[in-house]
Amino acid sequence: MRVALFVTCVNDAVYPSTGIATVRLLERLGVEVDFPEAQTCCGQPQFNTGYRAQTEPLVRRTAAAFEGYEYVVTPSGSCAAMVRQHYPKIGDASAAALASRTYELTEFLVDVLRVTDVGAYFPHTVTYHPSCHGLRMLGLGDRPRRLLEAVDGLELRELPGADECCGFGGTFALKNSDVSTAMGQDKVNNAVSTGADVLCGADNSCLMHIGGVLRREEAPLRALHLADILASTREEPLV
Amino acid sequence: MSGTFVGMPSFPRAAKEAVHNKTLRDNLRHATHTIRDKRAKAVAELADWAELREAGKQIKDHTLRHLDRYLVQLESRVTEAGGTVHWAADADEANRIVADLVKATGESEVVKVKSMATQEIGLNEALEAEGIAAYETDLAELIVQLGDDRPSHILVPAIHRNRGEIRDIFREKMADWGRAAPHGLSDTPADLAEAARLHLREKFLRAKVGISGANFMVAETGTLVVFESEGNGRMCLTLPETLISVVGIEKVVPTWRDLEVFLQTLPRSSTAERMNPYTSTWTGTADGDGPRTFHLVLLDNGRTDTLADEVGRQALRCIRCSACLNVCPVYERAGGHAYGSVYPGPIGAILSPQLRGTQSEIDASLPYASSLCGACYEVCPVAIDIPEVLVHLRERVADQGGKGHRVEKAAMKAAGWVLDHPGVLGAGERVASRTRKLHPSKLPGAGAWTRSRELPEMPAEPFRDWWKKNRKPKSDGKKP
Ligand code: SF4
Repeated sequence: MRVALFVTCVNDAVYPSTGIATVRLLERLGVEVDFPEAQTCCGQPQFNTGYRAQTEPLVRRTAAAFEGYEYVVTPSGSCAAMVRQHYPKIGDASAAALASRTYELTEFLVDVLRVTDVGAYFPHTVTYHPSCHGLRMLGLGDRPRRLLEAVDGLELRELPGADECCGFGGTFALKNSDVSTAMGQDKVNNAVSTGADVLCGADNSCLMHIGGVLRREEAPLRALHLADILASTREEPLV
Repeated sequence: MSGTFVGMPSFPRAAKEAVHNKTLRDNLRHATHTIRDKRAKAVAELADWAELREAGKQIKDHTLRHLDRYLVQLESRVTEAGGTVHWAADADEANRIVADLVKATGESEVVKVKSMATQEIGLNEALEAEGIAAYETDLAELIVQLGDDRPSHILVPAIHRNRGEIRDIFREKMADWGRAAPHGLSDTPADLAEAARLHLREKFLRAKVGISGANFMVAETGTLVVFESEGNGRMCLTLPETLISVVGIEKVVPTWRDLEVFLQTLPRSSTAERMNPYTSTWTGTADGDGPRTFHLVLLDNGRTDTLADEVGRQALRCIRCSACLNVCPVYERAGGHAYGSVYPGPIGAILSPQLRGTQSEIDASLPYASSLCGACYEVCPVAIDIPEVLVHLRERVADQGGKGHRVEKAAMKAAGWVLDHPGVLGAGERVASRTRKLHPSKLPGAGAWTRSRELPEMPAEPFRDWWKKNRKPKSDGKKP
């Protein structure tokens, strides 16, 4: 099976490790991964900030870049939600077609590859934050948690108030910095209360915000993308 | 604190104070979490909740599509039943109509049942300017009025106050407005309720004019409906000789049958009750029963403009249950006052800028007062896609190009150009990676970020470079 990786702009520029982990994980599961280099950004930041005219060319570009691939996989719930929910409204037929072929990573693993045990090894206590777009717009449900529970050595701890927004929200984090930070601090306090050493999520933009608060408050845990954990094995463990 | 909302600062500045006020944040957090958990339980009891939600949405959409017809039908039924209908295009006109009606009775005080519409138009202040005292009789509204405060929640206007604060307000202020608080008043709920009861009873028995809003108006019979919990509203509706109801035009429904849906969804969404304790209905006037004179003021005040907007009009489906406020993480931290309108929280963020336009600082900032987490849409009993309307209104504000948006638009354009040229994007990423040890906090927009959060460390190389080095030779670069 051959799939196209939609790495997303944030992962490309800031969190390449998540893209690399996604490639390694999919290849380990027997999937042939391609990276169409014409891809850039799905247009979500522009769209959500009210710049529809600036969004349209990016929608066209993204749709063209992934033309012809049966599956497009992305390690970002919010970018997957942008493509799935908004592309049919903003773009032409090819954008609408892309919407139906785009999968968030955990959906692809659980629904298409039909695996929950991906053979990962990660000997840590982990608490999981389900980002809003994955949770509500995509309806990821317990897929990420099932994948985490099957990881060898991993102990999953329930995050209090898990379904509450972390306060990122794209430009919201800048435009309403005080409220955004207050939300992030509550998220971090809840994560700390679990005693876990890792806060895991499936959206690096949320993790950039939560991780930023974690490090500022010197909280005793680190933020990690789900793909980084699932890519970790006994042979090549992520430490 | 009291008065109108004119000249409110933008949402971020108004919210800042609340975010750093620990008592306020604790009060809000406690109250919203309690009610949200109860609501979830009450809703889960109904197996057909999804169908009820869809039905409510469709009834409202149908009515809005034929609003002209149902309003005319309502007017003739109300008139036939002995009432008088007045049409008010805006707040000034509505206030003038009400003030003239009160003056015509020769009275100088009125009792009020809680009404969002009269708050929206600033009726109390307008009446005061005409020498007429308006007394709020809903317990929470009374607290707000005595405290010289503004409501901060649709359903629980005094949600930002705790019991101790309420006792102090009663002790200090009740005597100025009528019967004083009992000596040595404690802060137990029973004592506070009894103090309010004694204070209000005096007013109910004296008032000759009552003013109300309505949750629904039934076109087929000209009937108005109020849902409430305390019974104080019923006193306002039945004891006075003259009753004046001020209602937004979007509150009409075609038939009594339509109420069955909202009788189930509204109480569960708002107070987490299976049924609201008091449902009062009134149709015109009747001999020897209730008010002898009845006036209905139908309020537009921006509603037909809102109706003209294909995306934004869904906000008019709102039944003011406040479920969206109680689940909103932004409302929970910022409090209701920051929204600068009688409609706070997610619904306020989409309704106020539509009713009032997006010219003022506060109204232009409201569409951005959300992280678009979607919790409000999930709970809304009439399925208003609040995030969709927020983004739609952001487009309007961005187009309008007010303060800050010219710079933002230029930045978006520049970013759009870079993102349309992957080679340039890759080069930019490479520069960012190579200079990663230098002044990360000097990045544009970093100030708002780094005041409270660390910036992520830039990686040694972007993903596309790793791919070229490690994978590209294996891939033929062609599409399947
Ligand atoms: S928008 Fe929906 S949830 Fe919010 S108050 Fe109105 S009806 Fe209730």
